[in-house]
Amino acid sequence: MRKIWDIPGGIHPPENKKQSVDQSIGALPLPDRLVLPLNQHIGAPARPVVKPGDRVLKGQVVAEPHGIVSAGVHASTSGVVESISLHPVPHPSAMSSNCIIVRPDGEDRWIEHQGIADYGSRDPQQLLDIIRLSGIAGLGGAGFPASVKLGPRQPIDTLIINGTECEPYITADDMLMRERPGEIVAGIRILAHILGNPANILIGIEDNKPEAYDALEAALASNSSEGSDIELVDFPTKYPSGGEKQLIQILTGKEVPSGKLPAELGIVCHNVGTTQAIYRAIVLGEPLISRITTVTGQSCAINRNYDVLLGTPVRHLLANNGFDADSCPRLIMGGPMMGFTLENPEVPVIKTTNCILAPSREEMPPAPLPQPCIRCGMCAEACPASLLPQQLFWYAQSENFDRLEAHNLFDCIECGACAYVCPSNIPLVQYYRAAKGEIRTLKQEKIKADHSRQRFEFHKERLERAEAEKAAKREARRRATESARARGAEDDSGITASVATSTEASSTAATSPEAKAPEAGTSAAKATVEDIIMAAKARAEARKASPEQRRAALERGIEAARHRLDSTRQKLADGEADNLGEASLDKLRAAVEDARVKLADAEGKLAKLDLPDSNDSDPADSSRDTGSAERVAKKLGDSPRQQLQGKIAAINNRIAVTEQKLAELTDAATLDALRSGLDKQRQKLAEAQQQLSALPVDTAPAPVESPVQDAAAAAITRAREKAARLAQMSPEEKLRSNLDSLVSRLDKARARLATAIAENADHVETLRTTVVNLESKVREAETKLAQGDH
Amino acid sequence: MTLFPRVTSPHGHAPQRTDQVMLRVLLATLPGLVALTWNFGWGTLINIVLASATATACEAGVMALRKRPVRFYLSDLSALVTAVLLGLALPPLAPWWLVLMGVAFAIVIAKQFYGGLGYNPFNPAMVGYVVLLISFPIEMTTWITPRELLPEGVSLPGLWQSLQLVLPLPAPTDLAVDAFTGATPLDSFKHNTGLLTEQFYQQTPLFSEAELAGFGWEWVNLGFLAGGGWLLYQRIFTWHAPAAMLAAITLLSGIFYDGGSSTSAGSPLMHLLSGATMLGAFFIITDPVTSATSNLGRLIYGAGIGILVFVIRVWGNYPDAVAFAVLLMNFAAPLIDNYTVPRTYGHARAKRATVKKD
Amino acid sequence: MYDIIAQEPLIAALTALVGLAVVFGAVLGFAAVRFKVEGDPIVDQIDSLLPQTQCGQCGHPGCRPYAEAIANGEAINKCPPGGQTTINALANLLDVPAPELDAEHGVESEVKKVAYIREDECIGCTKCIQACPVDAILGAAKQMHTVIASECTGCDLCVEPCPVDCIDMLPLTPTLADWRWQLPPPTPSLLNRQSKANIIATDRGGSAAA
Repeated sequence: MRKIWDIPGGIHPPENKKQSVDQSIGALPLPDRLVLPLNQHIGAPARPVVKPGDRVLKGQVVAEPHGIVSAGVHASTSGVVESISLHPVPHPSAMSSNCIIVRPDGEDRWIEHQGIADYGSRDPQQLLDIIRLSGIAGLGGAGFPASVKLGPRQPIDTLIINGTECEPYITADDMLMRERPGEIVAGIRILAHILGNPANILIGIEDNKPEAYDALEAALASNSSEGSDIELVDFPTKYPSGGEKQLIQILTGKEVPSGKLPAELGIVCHNVGTTQAIYRAIVLGEPLISRITTVTGQSCAINRNYDVLLGTPVRHLLANNGFDADSCPRLIMGGPMMGFTLENPEVPVIKTTNCILAPSREEMPPAPLPQPCIRCGMCAEACPASLLPQQLFWYAQSENFDRLEAHNLFDCIECGACAYVCPSNIPLVQYYRAAKGEIRTLKQEKIKADHSRQRFEFHKERLERAEAEKAAKREARRRATESARARGAEDDSGITASVATSTEASSTAATSPEAKAPEAGTSAAKATVEDIIMAAKARAEARKASPEQRRAALERGIEAARHRLDSTRQKLADGEADNLGEASLDKLRAAVEDARVKLADAEGKLAKLDLPDSNDSDPADSSRDTGSAERVAKKLGDSPRQQLQGKIAAINNRIAVTEQKLAELTDAATLDALRSGLDKQRQKLAEAQQQLSALPVDTAPAPVESPVQDAAAAAITRAREKAARLAQMSPEEKLRSNLDSLVSRLDKARARLATAIAENADHVETLRTTVVNLESKVREAETKLAQGDH
Repeated sequence: MTLFPRVTSPHGHAPQRTDQVMLRVLLATLPGLVALTWNFGWGTLINIVLASATATACEAGVMALRKRPVRFYLSDLSALVTAVLLGLALPPLAPWWLVLMGVAFAIVIAKQFYGGLGYNPFNPAMVGYVVLLISFPIEMTTWITPRELLPEGVSLPGLWQSLQLVLPLPAPTDLAVDAFTGATPLDSFKHNTGLLTEQFYQQTPLFSEAELAGFGWEWVNLGFLAGGGWLLYQRIFTWHAPAAMLAAITLLSGIFYDGGSSTSAGSPLMHLLSGATMLGAFFIITDPVTSATSNLGRLIYGAGIGILVFVIRVWGNYPDAVAFAVLLMNFAAPLIDNYTVPRTYGHARAKRATVKKD
Repeated sequence: MYDIIAQEPLIAALTALVGLAVVFGAVLGFAAVRFKVEGDPIVDQIDSLLPQTQCGQCGHPGCRPYAEAIANGEAINKCPPGGQTTINALANLLDVPAPELDAEHGVESEVKKVAYIREDECIGCTKCIQACPVDAILGAAKQMHTVIASECTGCDLCVEPCPVDCIDMLPLTPTLADWRWQLPPPTPSLLNRQSKANIIATDRGGSAAA
């Protein structure tokens, strides 16, 4: 006789098992549809391998395991895949998840399958693959994929088969052991083979199941010749001795270290149902498509166990057992201690569904209101993990997560013994679950926050690097300018003078009253403005500074122009020879003419450069270059008003030039182009003038916005201002300001759309949808505001 | 489609509720109450009635002020338990205002000011008792001579006479109060100067007439022991704290008994069956709210109280010390809790509650 | 010498005090060197409590600068994404009373949000990319942009710059994997729900006061 250890705590709730063991395991008629959730186990959801409309046979794979910790899903009967869609699944959240919905065809036709009778000669890995593909997950309740549990890295010396079934009401394992002990024993042999024949093989059964004990004993006796000894152990009934950790403690006296798996102790523990499923998968080649489920409770006329096809809606199960929905205050999947309530009876039976409990009101009256905790300590007496539930409750209530972890909250197995005995009816388990969830979420958020911090720091570093590179470039340019200036001073004092004026101009522009920013940051802005001016100047200087290069460039240009002229002439000649149409010949002729003009121009420039008395560049050129620097300086220092005015002047200028050209020209094609260009210019002019008039006449000078300032910083400023404004507003004002901003955005978008249409740009359509969206948003805001007014 | 409600597990519940626990505690005080009434007359009963009424009124008043549902919070009977325990501890025939003040202080300040049931760090009944003991030492130490030790021709006051004495009614004319008041065994033993214990016992009728310890008091304590035993059997509390307290007292008094010399601190039996030892061991220190939470913690807590009781009784100024000892250990309970977290399944050793996991 | 010290109480007291000052000064000086703390860990600790959305609603360009500001005495209630939880944690760390969230900086959002770009409307202007503090938006000029949802902190900074208004802040929908139980409601609110007739009058104020 094996020594039995006791577990601390535990309770003895009314068993209520008798009512469902009178009848043998039954079968149900086919439901009108099967709902197969892709995730019936712990781990990654399976991936569907069928599509809606496919015909499937019984036992056919409809979803494959994805990743290591995963299990496949199989069609429980033959039929047609109706859809793969969201459907309520058995989960405490009552949420929906992806399911494969199969409409049975009534034929219940098996796919071709073949078992392995001589598994003893097969490689364990091969058998594990079969178990994995057969979709076997722990049938005891947790649903951990069986193949993962059977492939531990540590050597295993003890295999424990869990036939405890300590939860009240549930008799699925009991009936399985009574009626199919042979299959269980055969399954144990397979497990032993896979695990390399561990020294101890134990079956643990509570002493309230003598029939099951006898049946297994008989099966073992008839099977004893086949391998190592299997020991059948019974022990006193107590909830929750069926928990994996508790059963290990009862049978071996060892405790699974916190946060570790039993395999660390050389122990593997499997439920009897899983063992039987493995037998069927290996020897018969049948994947997991059905399981034994207890249907019980006083709201069901018949209390009985059924071999239920996975995916059968609970409603179907209940309907076949004379379920009276009106007398049932809650519908429970699993047992009364750890089961969860189902909101919707359409959810399917899945791999872990060992019981459907439909109690009557008298059986499970609604829980009385929780009273204050008096720290009576009955919960601590009942706790099988030797926790201090009342302390955990206290800390969960005050969300003191450090203390919760210090009190080993995560060693709580949520068995519900504490809440069961609590005289104040406090839903302790819910507190622990909420606290665990909160801690897990916080940990995830912490990881995410750390990640974001890294990314933000990288982002900052990247910006800084870019800024440093820019600064380095500027520095290099400045050096070049200085050296060039030094040389320029030797060559041409006139130019130096003009540069000096331009610097002066730029400094006046930068410090002109309009440009003086009222806020801090002026100096930075000025610095950047000066940088840009400096760069422009540098470019101008560079242009002047290298006559040899310019000469070489011009010569190259002339060469290219000559070549183009030759090739166009050649083409023209070819075209004339081939009798091309007059239109294309004209085009070619125009091209020849164009090339000739360009060549002449380039030659002229070269000649100018070659003029002995013009030294290295002509004064006009140099003044133009310095002029551009001045313009840049002016532009940057200008107030918006001045900018607009400058823009209008520039456009006017351009229009004048174009009109002049128009008058000179007679060629029809060019004429058209010029005209459309002119139109565009005029339109722009009108726009600019409009903008100018939109600007308040006596605008205070707008703060100089540093153009290279971080866009994010700008956004932050805007967001901050917005938040500050919002905080001071009443709801109605908020709505109104929201509306205003929407309207202004809409106007902007419309204007953009108009320009886009005029310019025939690519994103006209996008802009149009934007406008439409904004219009609807404006309408929405208006109605909200109207409602607010009433 | 019918939708069912979402309820958290477990879906069953043991048939035990806080009000039932409290009710059983109240019932368990009956043997002790009977012994008190038999020996000391109607006083204790009047105390209890007065205290219960005051406690209910105070609790209801505070709940109304806190805008909480009054009936729901009264139904847990915790205020009644406090009242009954304080009523049992007060001297019989104590004036009505003494009872009123004690109970009001216990309920309003010691219990509700801290947040009500479950939140009070100190045992309300004992807080009330100590406040009275410090404020009104004369009234609080005026006990009654047990019925059978009364001198010839003197009898305990009847119900009406008792009411006249307690309530602000005209005092009974035919009663000499001094005739039936007397010292308690602990009190008289404390005033023993220089006699061997045996001699002292022979000279003092309180001891010479008694079977085990002090006359009358031995039965009161045995009554509370019986009630406590029943509660233990009912699993209302665990054995740890009472056993530790009684063991500590037995051990210490055994060590300091000194063979009954003239400086003896008294026999273990006398300490166990005198004063409020048994009331304290089974009804006061088992108050779960203010005691330590783990079993080991309760052992320490109970032993601490036992030691303090003995020390104060023998070397302190007060004849009895259960109230002080309990309050002192109430202070220590959180600290004890901090160091006595039980070893959780799967952990190599227990750890302190304040240790941060990093 | 000794006699003078022993007989003059003033000198004795002075000697004793000076002696004590020297001894303790030496101890403190030694401790300051021996147990020197590297860096400024308080900023790191504060930073680790902030939600790292880098949204700038506190008025600082990112969480780290706000952490530095808090270390220099700024109010701790300026972080709407962190909400009351963060404020409580900061109050706990700094040992100050936990204030309410300052509404001036925004309100705490019930649900977490991520930015989503309606990709067919995006014109590829890169403005949102520049605005994103954690580089969670992918794209290039004239190319459609997209948000890496797992990297998005929901800071909202990309919405404003978008010229075509194609960025939405979508609430994260809970999935089976991240669903969790909530704490049970407190008893008074249950009572409230159960019998409205006789308790509601007293309890409504109670739950507000509690």
